[in-house]
Amino acid sequence: MSALLSVTDAHVAYGKVEAVRSVSLEVGANEIVTIVGANGAGKTTLLSAIMGILPLKGRVSFAGQDLARLDIEDRVAMGLGLVPEHRELFVTMNVEDNLELGAFRIERSRAKSSIERVYALFPRLKERRKQLAGTLSGGEQQMLAMGRALMGEPKLLMLDEPSLGLAPIIVADIFRIVTELRASGVSVLLVEQNAQAALKIADQAYVMELGEFVLSGKASDIAANERVAASYLGFQHEGASAI
Amino acid sequence: MNTTIMLFLVQDGITNGAIYALLGLALVLVFAVTRVILIPQGEFVTYGALTYASLAAGQMPGTAKLALALGIGAFAFDLFVARKALHGRLVVRSLLTNVVLPAIVLALTVYFAAQKPPVAVSIALSLVIVAMIGVYLYRIAFQPLAHTSVLVLLIASVGVHLALQGLGLLFFGAEGQRGPAVLSGAFTAGALRFTGQSLTVYGITIAFIVGLWLFFGLTLYGKALRATAVNRLGARLAGIRTTLSGQIAFLLASVIGALSGIMIVPITTLYYDSGFLIGLKGFVAAIIGGLVSYPLTAVAALVVGIVEAFSSFYASNYKEVIVFMLLIPVLLLRSLAAPAVEEEKD
Repeated sequence: MSALLSVTDAHVAYGKVEAVRSVSLEVGANEIVTIVGANGAGKTTLLSAIMGILPLKGRVSFAGQDLARLDIEDRVAMGLGLVPEHRELFVTMNVEDNLELGAFRIERSRAKSSIERVYALFPRLKERRKQLAGTLSGGEQQMLAMGRALMGEPKLLMLDEPSLGLAPIIVADIFRIVTELRASGVSVLLVEQNAQAALKIADQAYVMELGEFVLSGKASDIAANERVAASYLGFQHEGASAI
Repeated sequence: MNTTIMLFLVQDGITNGAIYALLGLALVLVFAVTRVILIPQGEFVTYGALTYASLAAGQMPGTAKLALALGIGAFAFDLFVARKALHGRLVVRSLLTNVVLPAIVLALTVYFAAQKPPVAVSIALSLVIVAMIGVYLYRIAFQPLAHTSVLVLLIASVGVHLALQGLGLLFFGAEGQRGPAVLSGAFTAGALRFTGQSLTVYGITIAFIVGLWLFFGLTLYGKALRATAVNRLGARLAGIRTTLSGQIAFLLASVIGALSGIMIVPITTLYYDSGFLIGLKGFVAAIIGGLVSYPLTAVAALVVGIVEAFSSFYASNYKEVIVFMLLIPVLLLRSLAAPAVEEEKD
């Protein structure tokens, strides 16, 4: 098995309501994989369950190891990172402390060079490094959330709606950085409502509807698919947000 | 009232207030990190004080045995939780920290108790014993409930308090005890007389507050604790174990409690149940600080201490009533200032 992350027949339920049904997916090394779908399709639920925040029925393996008995913190230590939709920053602490804590499980000497790499990726964060996270703008908070996750040296970074509520110019910046991550050897699992932008940078794509994958394949094929075009891309102009 | 009496009362109030400040800070810390309202904080005070006093008197304190018993319990919990994926390193580590360590401390306590140890040894042993009790209690009573509501944690906290108080009666008897002063001697400055013990209280309190401030501001673990308090999920996603944060918080709280007890017991006779009332006064300060603000808690603690000193001079029968009445205007103001919020689920 060569896939970095492989999810087989996953079910996630809130009580009796199954939010994710029989979902299987794979993310390979150096790959951007996107899950697109409407609001409430179960995308966030799936990411949370892969991270260990919600209980999942089925099999999830990462870097060849079964994750079933591992806590969130163990998964982080293995190189699985999540930037959640609500970012979950330490709002009363400054940017630098947020980043430093992202490397909690990393050797101190390596953390120092990681922080420089993150600042190189997001120069804005360096300018604001003594500012409290809660006082940053939405775009800066998203950058900080991504930076904090990168401090943990993830092999796979899962991004939940990174473009939500951000200005188009910042969205473009964030998508550019996602492709840079792939170039530097980090795989990305990207959940987006902005299907057009996501499909443009992704290698593989899954389309999720009502808790199930209805389509999957190469991102370029999915983007060309008529049904997808009608449901998710149809009413948009180039570069516009899907929300 | 003349100035001398007033100065004396203020001085007395500040000495007590310093202790309440430490206890209040520990309560705020534990609540912020684990959402536990630490009612047994007072027992840490009594256990620290009476363990110290017993050792100084050449008696064997039962708390050392309790630490070993709780450690064995904590070890059993660790084994049970990891039963499906037991591996050698985990078992050895848990065995060392939960069983071997308290066993060594118990052996040392037995050895030293027989020969009236020097003050420094008694203090060190008392602190270590109570610290272990605090950490193992977290493992046994609170860590398994970590995901439940504040109310459930509060009920567990009351249960632990009652159990510890009962055990305190068993270990130390109903008689009160006093310990030897950490620093004897005294000097006068103008109208005021400073005893070595009150100077110790000021010194240790200030050192501890500065130490905590440095710990939270500069060290990675200190920041991790703050992070857990600010955003539990965010901390977990950064790889910070909430159980580790909880352990550190309980470790600090139990050390602070024990240290406070050791500082008070040369000044006042302490009984097995005295800690509760002392802890409650720290709690009053913590409530005035809204269970979140460290500086406000420290200031409030000094106010509580001074109010207590003055009310014991003017109306000693009502001194507790007056101190706890401080809460009413504060809560009233807070309830008017803050919008009604439902308890957060996480």
